[in-house]
Amino acid sequence: MANAKYSAAGLFIRGARKKTWPRVWREAEPKKAYDVVIVGGGVHGLATAYYLASNHGITNVAVVDKAYLGSGGSGRNTAIVRSNYLTPEGVAFYDRSLDLYNTMSTDLNLNVMFSERGHMTLAHTDSALRTMNWRAEVNKLQGIDSSVIGPQEVKREAPSLDVSANTRYPILGALYHPPGGTIRHDAVVWAYARAADSYGVDLIQKCEVLDITCEGGEGSESDSADGKGAGGKVTGVKTNLGDISAPIVVNCTAGWASTISDMAGVKLPITTHPLQAAVTEPVKTFLPTVVVSGSLHVYVSQTDRGELVFGASVDPVATYDMRGTLAFTEELAGHVLELMPGISKMRLLRQWAGLCDMTPDYSPVMGHTQVGGYLVDVGWGTYGFKAGPVSGEQMAEAIATESMPELIAPFTLSRFTEGTLVGEKGAAAVGH
Amino acid sequence: MLLVPCPNCGPRSSQDLTYGGESHSRPDPKTATPEEWRTYLYLRDNPSGWLVETWYCSSGCRRWFKLERHTLTGELRDPILPGSKTGVASDEATNIQGGTK
Repeated sequence: MANAKYSAAGLFIRGARKKTWPRVWREAEPKKAYDVVIVGGGVHGLATAYYLASNHGITNVAVVDKAYLGSGGSGRNTAIVRSNYLTPEGVAFYDRSLDLYNTMSTDLNLNVMFSERGHMTLAHTDSALRTMNWRAEVNKLQGIDSSVIGPQEVKREAPSLDVSANTRYPILGALYHPPGGTIRHDAVVWAYARAADSYGVDLIQKCEVLDITCEGGEGSESDSADGKGAGGKVTGVKTNLGDISAPIVVNCTAGWASTISDMAGVKLPITTHPLQAAVTEPVKTFLPTVVVSGSLHVYVSQTDRGELVFGASVDPVATYDMRGTLAFTEELAGHVLELMPGISKMRLLRQWAGLCDMTPDYSPVMGHTQVGGYLVDVGWGTYGFKAGPVSGEQMAEAIATESMPELIAPFTLSRFTEGTLVGEKGAAAVGH
Repeated sequence: MLLVPCPNCGPRSSQDLTYGGESHSRPDPKTATPEEWRTYLYLRDNPSGWLVETWYCSSGCRRWFKLERHTLTGELRDPILPGSKTGVASDEATNIQGGTK
């Protein structure tokens, strides 16, 4: 790696000599041509660029983002990782991601602050408990540490939870997943950006893709002679910083996945919904695990600084508007207090929203499309952050080998025309 | 929060209504090809801009209606009931049951 290696000794020496730290990545100007252009500078885009360079030796790559790196979902999620999904395809995929997260700090030489604190999904109804048992058995068959525990064990793991029978939604049990936890999400963006940059990948910020140019296709809805759509081939992108020619363009965006994909004439099975989250003032550590409640539409974890981070299910109305609403805060507060009555005096510091691209089966859309050279890594709904590393690794392989790796083969766009959906709603949606 | 103008009940909080999603024509199941049917089932325009969509006034008049909403600014215009001949969506008004809910 070209960058100085981070270490405790280096930190001490630089501190003692009062030396400044060098820039972590170059501010690159776009070149006229690249082998691969990746749209979207979040965890997915940067990871794809990094694995293209490190695993496949493809370094003539640009990552373009219309804002700054990590400005979208990568910086807005609630930083939870887990692999206790419902379908065998989902479990294998997310477990690989967890493996990559486990060794990321040493692999990329940047501390991503992975806290493997355990993850509990609460069951408040008999049917929820049934789904938990189902998930636990699927997980165990795949070698994932996951089991159903009773209310008293829940209380032992998280003493602040009210497990009495006197609540509106009594806690009947939980799916407990010890390998789950939280990660500093910004650090993951920085780690991949730094590592990709050291291989010579150009990271170009404030570079908005305005159009994707194609040739030979049957034409898009708006213009039948523009060469886009099925049978076409990508020739490059038009941006606000000039035209870039590239035989391969990868859509790694969240929120605007549909609008970018329209530029290539590829229609997606996606609707964009905002998901709101909120954070409280910091207090002493009292919540040792991640707690999720599907019935109450809430998940909560405590950060290393002591703030409680809350997330909810996506807003029901599809919109690109990221303003927070009072209705969300009121509902969130009510539901959190139902779980933890003891925190009623805590104050919220702020709330925000991120855009989630929801697919009909709650699984992503990955890989090649009907337009040659146009690949997608989109439809990440509410589970994009935890899948970042494995998506990058597998997308890089899909690009380099021009085939679909086994791990992501179930998630192709063609599954919607072939009728082979991967139904993950039971394990991926909070408010199901 | 959105203040949704139901053609029957007037402005109501969006929480009082059920969102039906993007409005699109339902192909005839007797003649549609599998590809047309799956396009209707799954693919969406999902624009960042004006969108014609369906709503169900679930705690009011309990009727479906259409309106146009700007998905970035939240502006709303032209609510219309099925069968009505005015407004943006009149050409598709007979297909109003085609919402996703």
